[in-house]
Amino acid sequence: MSDTLLTPVVDDDGAPFWEYTAQGELRIQACANPDCGELRFPPRPCCPHCQSFDSEWRRMSGKGRIWSYVLPHPPLLPAYAEMAPYNAIVVELAEAPRIRLVGNLVTEAGAPLNSVDPSRLKIGARVQVVFAEIGDFTLPQWVLER
Amino acid sequence: MAAAALKDATAIVGIGQTPFAKQLPESEKTLACRAILAALADAGIDPSEVDGFASYTMEETDEVEIAKSIGAGDVTFFSKVGYGGGGSCGTLAHLASAIATGQAGVGVAWRSRKRGSGPRPWKNTAVQLPTPGQWTRPYGLLRPADEIGMLTRRYMHEYGATRDHLFNVALACRNRANQNPAAQMYERPMTRESYMTARWISEPLCLFDNCLETDGALAAVVVSAERARDCRQKPVYLHSVAQGLPAQHHGMVNYWNDDPLSGPAWTAARQLWKQADFGPEDVDVAQIYDAFTPLIPLSLEGYGFCGRGEGGAFTEGGALEIGGRLPINTSGGGLSEAYVHGFNLITEGVKQLRGTSTAQVPDAATCLVTAGEGVPTSAVLLRS
Repeated sequence: MSDTLLTPVVDDDGAPFWEYTAQGELRIQACANPDCGELRFPPRPCCPHCQSFDSEWRRMSGKGRIWSYVLPHPPLLPAYAEMAPYNAIVVELAEAPRIRLVGNLVTEAGAPLNSVDPSRLKIGARVQVVFAEIGDFTLPQWVLER
Repeated sequence: MAAAALKDATAIVGIGQTPFAKQLPESEKTLACRAILAALADAGIDPSEVDGFASYTMEETDEVEIAKSIGAGDVTFFSKVGYGGGGSCGTLAHLASAIATGQAGVGVAWRSRKRGSGPRPWKNTAVQLPTPGQWTRPYGLLRPADEIGMLTRRYMHEYGATRDHLFNVALACRNRANQNPAAQMYERPMTRESYMTARWISEPLCLFDNCLETDGALAAVVVSAERARDCRQKPVYLHSVAQGLPAQHHGMVNYWNDDPLSGPAWTAARQLWKQADFGPEDVDVAQIYDAFTPLIPLSLEGYGFCGRGEGGAFTEGGALEIGGRLPINTSGGGLSEAYVHGFNLITEGVKQLRGTSTAQVPDAATCLVTAGEGVPTSAVLLRS
């Protein structure tokens, strides 16, 4: 059991994502084959479209829309139960709607997962990425676009 | 070899189960042995004749322990199917393939689980898988209920499905459990008010949208159709079997698929119907995997009982009840009989085609049984 928020258990393919968030950049893996160039998420060793092992990390605008959300209630791990009900959202990225990221809607970077009134959560709402330091990681979070 | 080589080539001739409860005193191994021996006794087959085994990768009793405990003979086929409850019908598919190709003669499939007594898997923070856990768990998307709740909210948004549709599912299962003395919810009726006022687990899912937590074990015995004719019970034939892992599927966090609301059911269904002599309209009764209520409308669409987005509306007007368009989960299912990774859906399918269910569909001759939707899955068509 964990008394703190969980941090990512990173694999080889995902490591660059977290290196870029630590620099305040949201980047998504893309095929580096010039004839392909397809984005893919979650990251993986080769391109499912052209099978190339060459990849690059393409910077995103950080704008998106809420695709769906849940409000978890206990029983939960202790650090999450303390904040429940909080929100977890899926965001579809503005420039690549089929790339979707799980995250939290917060009032500002680093604010608690329950900082936004649940009535403000709407599918389709426009959001903007912010970055919060949690333990040794920098996690993307989302705020409503003003 | 044509796919149809498996059609009706094997049959389930024995089923067995332990009691179901939130907590049972015996070990998973003891419960497994009791269920398997009960299934063999039901079939009238001596344990020394067992030479094939199939179970789930999550099963914690193994072939070595089971075989030596029950007194099995030399075993020539053993197999485990992955992805939790997605493997239930896959165990039967593997045994059918093994028996039809001569790799074994008497196959046993089983599942024993003390999920009621034991820990909730999502509480384990030590073994969380890096993919996809690193993209979901830090944000508090911790449990299967959260992961499926996310798809459910989107499903309701896209297609206009409502909590009343989910209630229809929960109620049908509960009503059948109220007819089944073996069910954990046998004496616990459900009303619309009790559903609508139940505590939230992960909005939009409430307590009664979630399956039970159960200790218990079940087993089934599979033999060739030829051998089945000499067994004690009326054979229930494996008419068609299928597994399904769709292209670009991501498990319960299928948010990264181009079409997240089209899951493994669609893939398994295409394979299942391709090999069958009948279609969805000819299914008399269905046992549909119900870890969560929204898996029913999704599966109704995936297996072809209605079109995309029509799964919610399909549940209206008592369609899922006895006498309705498609009676489902007639033992109470995972929601109200027992949650043992869907194996009770298999045994209930057999009971329906034997005519011995506690909620018998008159003259039932065909039954669809499905495994977990939202994970790589499997399904079987049973016929009498």
